[in-house]
Amino acid sequence: MSMKVSTRQVDGITILDLSGRITLGEGSVQLRDSVRDLLSKGSKHILLNLGDVNYIDSSGIGELVSAYTTVRNQGGELKLLNLTKKVHDLLQITKLYTVFDIKDDEASAIAAFKS
Amino acid sequence: MTESQASRISYTLPSSLESVDRVEQIAEELAKKAGIDEDEIYRVTMAVREAAVNAVLHGNSYDPEKSVTATFENTGNALVIRITDQGKGLDPDTLPDPLAPENLLRGSGRGIFLIRSFMDEVHFRQLHPGTELTLIKNLGTAQTGS
Repeated sequence: MSMKVSTRQVDGITILDLSGRITLGEGSVQLRDSVRDLLSKGSKHILLNLGDVNYIDSSGIGELVSAYTTVRNQGGELKLLNLTKKVHDLLQITKLYTVFDIKDDEASAIAAFKS
Repeated sequence: MTESQASRISYTLPSSLESVDRVEQIAEELAKKAGIDEDEIYRVTMAVREAAVNAVLHGNSYDPEKSVTATFENTGNALVIRITDQGKGLDPDTLPDPLAPENLLRGSGRGIFLIRSFMDEVHFRQLHPGTELTLIKNLGTAQTGS
């Protein structure tokens, strides 16, 4: 039921591979803590790989938005990678699809970050 | 506590995240039994989860003295789910529009919007104290799975 997070670095970009559910409680808190932790260490180029995230509720959507604005306010960039159809549809109906920079290929996502 | 009456089942649950998960699980079972397709099961399940979150978090504020009641019914024509809290009440007309440009980057405020997007009918009733949300998915319009 809960979410798992693993972190890796590719060409100076931090990729968070998320899996499971981003929902009120554990999942949202984990995402918030992970992003805060990266920012505190100076990692401001963050790619959230949502390929294995099968469920996001409104709290999880809110957490994605908060992560995006927090990173941006600190002069960084946060992008989303590999949305499942359900998550894609959720971002469409909440009009957030145009807010986030969304990629479906890791290499081009990495290349899209400004140095 | 469970009260069964024909195909209507009612649960009274504490104001906790565990209750939200339980209500979501029951909604999923109800939707699956109704034979609707996977996308509709997902929509019903998420809408009910959002209503339960609303009741536990915004209605009862996790107050252990307050409970949430969830009633599930398949009328044959529709799935009818009622979620009731004992909070200070909710006026849906005062909620900010989450699609308005100035609200797009807010970290909250999308729950009721998602409920309305995913269900055919949503009704609010003030109970003084508390709010009752009735969520309806018409089985005639929901695509069946087979």
